[in-house]
Amino acid sequence: MNKSHDSAGASGCGSRPATSGLNILNQGTPCSGGGSCGGVSCGGEQRSKADSRRQFLSRATSMVFGSFALTLLPMESPETAAETPLPAPLNGGAVPAPPAASAAKPVLYGFLVDTEKCIGSGKCLSACRTENHVPDGYSRTWVERYVHFKDGTVQVDLVPETGYHESKLPIVDAALVDKAYFVPKLCNQCVDAPCNQVCPVHASFTSPEGVELIDTDHCIGCGYCVQACPYGMRYINPETNSADKCTWCYHRITKNQEPACVEACPVGARVFGRLDDPESELSKRLGATRTQVLKEHLGTHPKLHYVGLSKEVV
Amino acid sequence: MHGPSFVYPNDVHVAWSIMIVLYPYITGLVAGAFVVSALYHVFHDHKLKPVARLALVTALCFCSCATVPLLLHLHHPERALNIMITPHQTSAMAGFGFIYSLYMLLLIVEVWLLYRPEIVEGAANAVGLKGFIFRILALGSRQITPGSQKADEWLIGVLAIIGIPAACVLHGYVGFLFGGVKANPWWSTALLPVIFLISAILSGIAALLLLYLVLCWAKKITPDADCVRSLCKYLWMSLVAAVSLELLELLHLAYEAGAEWDVLRELLTGRLAVSYGLIQVAIGSVIPFLLLPVAFRTERYAALRTFLGTVSGILILIQVFAMRWNVVIGGQMFSKSFRGFVYYNLTLDGREGLIAAIVVLTLPLLALFAASRLLPLIGDAEPHRPPEDLCKSMPLDVCTSHQ
Ligand code: SF4
Ligand code: SF4
Repeated sequence: MNKSHDSAGASGCGSRPATSGLNILNQGTPCSGGGSCGGVSCGGEQRSKADSRRQFLSRATSMVFGSFALTLLPMESPETAAETPLPAPLNGGAVPAPPAASAAKPVLYGFLVDTEKCIGSGKCLSACRTENHVPDGYSRTWVERYVHFKDGTVQVDLVPETGYHESKLPIVDAALVDKAYFVPKLCNQCVDAPCNQVCPVHASFTSPEGVELIDTDHCIGCGYCVQACPYGMRYINPETNSADKCTWCYHRITKNQEPACVEACPVGARVFGRLDDPESELSKRLGATRTQVLKEHLGTHPKLHYVGLSKEVV
Repeated sequence: MHGPSFVYPNDVHVAWSIMIVLYPYITGLVAGAFVVSALYHVFHDHKLKPVARLALVTALCFCSCATVPLLLHLHHPERALNIMITPHQTSAMAGFGFIYSLYMLLLIVEVWLLYRPEIVEGAANAVGLKGFIFRILALGSRQITPGSQKADEWLIGVLAIIGIPAACVLHGYVGFLFGGVKANPWWSTALLPVIFLISAILSGIAALLLLYLVLCWAKKITPDADCVRSLCKYLWMSLVAAVSLELLELLHLAYEAGAEWDVLRELLTGRLAVSYGLIQVAIGSVIPFLLLPVAFRTERYAALRTFLGTVSGILILIQVFAMRWNVVIGGQMFSKSFRGFVYYNLTLDGREGLIAAIVVLTLPLLALFAASRLLPLIGDAEPHRPPEDLCKSMPLDVCTSHQ
């Protein structure tokens, strides 16, 4: 259930996309226990300083040329990489996409949150904090409780990590309430991610599987991405002084494990899977259910879908 | 908002501090001061001659300090150059390094050309540290001939022309950094770059007016009446333009009353009531709006004009600072849940504290003071141009241009 730091560290990390024609991160390189993870924010680990300096110098040299080359060569950008056509269910069609045409078809991850199932147990929250070493006072995921009163007001509270039942959240008189439900929040892994768009140094990048990641060895800590994320997902990690956020446990999912929150959820309210595989549970659920995304009007095209959202949820 | 407040858990940490307020404030002063110098060098408003040089030197001094608040803000300042080594083409911020460097270069060249006669003269005649500095600044240039002077003047004119769009880009771009954040309804507007630009011009003129009056007072010179009146007139015109745009933007938000207006209205009437309603609008805009026409229409009462100009200049500098504050800090005072508010805690100490902010604001003034020890900043102190024939006969020509 709750993975230790070491097990998180023993994961492979994604590479920066081919924008600058460089392999910035050690894709698939196993990280030593509690050690480096290529500087990618996928387990909270950092590369050693010497490593970082060496890599910076070689990266700097190549990137100067890389960025010039970019202006000349029609290369694939991270944005286009992230714009891999979505399977039919996400494009509004009712039928799942046909099986992958070839083995080379890129993996594309997606997420579904079923708010009708969530009981506010908070298990996902503590699992995430342990797995990703999230510093106190910051969150990669959280659960909101919505209470709609008969007088039209809506009360929203944050479910603590101990779970709703252990919490001191105000007990509401059921006679006054129309409806109440829990909404787990996590990174939407937007296809058109504003956090990625605004990053001035390309430290925010899209993995080949469409997951937004941060190169913590390259991030200058300007906080622009924190401002740009409409969902309040990003923060500057006070330990690394770099931007940080939920990565859908990239270090786990690339090893065919589920994200820690998904594994910890006792009621299956969080569903993670492959959008490119029509046989995955996720694709089937998305095909069979009416879903919504958050703040759709902003055009971020989240890959996180919700079942049972009310318009009051933002 | 209906119901009690709710804030996304990460939103309680205000990511952009007072340093990000100072950054557009300082670049605004740069752009504004440059525009004043351009009014003289390009549009030949000769009434501004006494402040034409001061304007450029002020722009250079403030520009040279513009990166300090950014470096203090960055959580990894040692990686700051990444912004130029690996710029991300889609990021509005990625252009900063290039735009800033080009503008800085332009200012350095223009100021050097403008002061070349003094620098060459100083290199030849000054002794000690001053002479040493002049000899370095002269860059091997030992003579000013009428021909080279003409070329300098032409080049200054060209640089001033290039500098106008450059100043607009530099500051309009700063506005775009905020205006392009669609996640934040308080920032996300196409008007913001224009508002930033006009208020930059406003702050630049106000700063120049104050600096000119202070320098005159320090040098015991009577301020040039036409120049002060002219500055007051430009100040009033830009105040009207800036405040109209700011209010237009607000009116637009209120009239459309979109989904986020609830939270913005509460912000304006609650947390920003003092810094927006009282400081930015009532004290910083209305009072100078009323005082400045008296200042620029008064022909006889010089002391009154100086007094009103000084008061208005100070109030306008406060207005523009409040405007930057209300945009940068105000935009982070509500959660992106649009259901609750957060506090910005300005500490006294620390890298992004109040003391550091005061030091950052003092640095360009210190640079200006140092420049004033070397070079004449205001028109009246310029060396007199020797008669034309004497000019031709001198081996080391110190004929200063009338810019
Ligand atoms: S939810 Fe925020 S952090 Fe996640 S991809 Fe979208 S914009 Fe980026
Ligand atoms: S904080 Fe880091 S990841 Fe975020 S925009 Fe700045 S450099 Fe990019």
